[in-house]
Amino acid sequence: MKVVVCVKQIPDPADPGALDPETKTLKRDSKLILDDSDAYGVEMALQLVDAAGEGEVHLVSMAPNNEVAGLRTALAMGAASATVVSDPALQGSDALATAKVLAAAIAKQEPDLVLAATESSDGYTGTVPEQIAELLGLASVTFAKSVTVESGLAKVKRQTEAGFDEVECALPALVSVTAGVVEPRYPSFKGIMAAKSKPVDELDLAGVGLDASQVGWAGAGQEIVSITAAAEREAGEVIEDEGDAHERIVAFLDDLKVL
Amino acid sequence: MGLDKIWVFGETNGDSVATITLEMLAKARELADTVEVFMAGDGDDYAEELGDHGAQTVYATGDLNGAMQGVSVASAVAAAIAGGLDAPDAFLLGTTQDGRDVAGRLSVKLNQSVITNVVDLEVDGDTLVGLEPVFGGTTDVKTKNTSGTSGIFLVRPKSFVAEAVGGAEADVEDLDVPDLGTTGGARILNSHVEESDGPKLDEAAIVVSGGRGLGDSESYAMVDDLAKLVGGAPGASRAIVDAGWVPYSYQVGQTGKVVKPAVYIACGISGATQHLVGMKGSKTIIAINKDAEAPIFAVADLGIVGDVHKVMPKLIEALKSR
Repeated sequence: MKVVVCVKQIPDPADPGALDPETKTLKRDSKLILDDSDAYGVEMALQLVDAAGEGEVHLVSMAPNNEVAGLRTALAMGAASATVVSDPALQGSDALATAKVLAAAIAKQEPDLVLAATESSDGYTGTVPEQIAELLGLASVTFAKSVTVESGLAKVKRQTEAGFDEVECALPALVSVTAGVVEPRYPSFKGIMAAKSKPVDELDLAGVGLDASQVGWAGAGQEIVSITAAAEREAGEVIEDEGDAHERIVAFLDDLKVL
Repeated sequence: MGLDKIWVFGETNGDSVATITLEMLAKARELADTVEVFMAGDGDDYAEELGDHGAQTVYATGDLNGAMQGVSVASAVAAAIAGGLDAPDAFLLGTTQDGRDVAGRLSVKLNQSVITNVVDLEVDGDTLVGLEPVFGGTTDVKTKNTSGTSGIFLVRPKSFVAEAVGGAEADVEDLDVPDLGTTGGARILNSHVEESDGPKLDEAAIVVSGGRGLGDSESYAMVDDLAKLVGGAPGASRAIVDAGWVPYSYQVGQTGKVVKPAVYIACGISGATQHLVGMKGSKTIIAINKDAEAPIFAVADLGIVGDVHKVMPKLIEALKSR
């Protein structure tokens, strides 16, 4: 079974960055890391290939300057190979353009299953997986909180507003997984060393069969018209608990007349 | 000047229309002359309530027999427009599982970008502008649909206030789902509802949430106890949902529920951006956390720097003895 996992390399969330007022995009000048949300998809893919007894995990990522630091983490976890798509024309690409690029790179792999996180930790538009499925003509199940594969059929528990649905889906298909679907492994030292020599295919826009009019600023169909500071909530009183903080909370709730 | 026509994606909870749909209808009425609903399922069952909230027409697919809403509804809408149905100026969909699925599929079918995480909308000429809070709500970004065709907007719950206007029952029209081919391979076999006692998380006047600072899953019982005592609903940060302590239906945040209760009590929650986005709209916030530097204190009206294992048991005892 061949599983492709969509992987995003993002600025370290501990150093959240800012919007560039000139280009109106996220500043991406710090080192990129593997998005935590994607570690779950990588782990899920590795477990499914293990369970199937055969196959491999391939990663697909779109990033500036052939960035692979985050991909190496996922390769160190056990993925076999990766594709990274980079092109100056991709700057300013929105979710739909990103989906077009990833879908074209995924199609080259002819996977049985495509996995993605439900949303990235930095952009969180949450539409890319479903857009990829539509571009590839695949069935899809989003918001998976568990996934198993049996005889060409994915069995998925899908989160809903009220609880969850049991869904069956014929492969090939795309499944987007929620954080917590599995516990991602830490890369071993051996894995980290092995990752350094695993193949990473570097493609540009032409390499995935797209042209600049379909992506980047040109392809967006939307325009950021303003960026302003939001009205801030004022911090209130902060006190140190000296054994009687509960009384302060009760008094506070009494004042609000909610008890 | 308003727009001519807006389509709102209709979602339901059993016999009634979902709150998010009614919220979007309230805003859509301000923005456009004609407001219509498109949805999966039987439109006749909801035509009265949707009409009461200002929808003139409901386009409904009928029973999907377990097919996924995303691909079914998006394919039906695209086919109807290709077949000559007058496209709306904008589609509004809720930031829900099915809303996001429909938006993603529709986006590709119409080759139209989605403007996401919208909390407010305004008309600019003959198009719509969506406002999205970023960086945990510290910065507002306004994005305009400049494609010249129907914009697609994903709207966050609780952005608008639902209000019935006493409109007549909506007309119901068929929205035929075409043959889905290879995209139609998924089937829902069973639906499970995770019931909880007491008020619903996104409707409760008081919400008590727990986070990683509780230390272990057993300690979540304190959150449950406190919620019961104050007549509120228990909630959770993403960290402890991911860790499997409580079900996803408890999650407050960017993913999960957006809550705006009168009082929000955060217990052992540091206040990650992902969490703040889901609860910053609360009228009053009380936070208990060991770390004085935790970001949650920047939004709290009353902040207690202390150990939840010391403060919460005393608080629970004090409330019990009243």
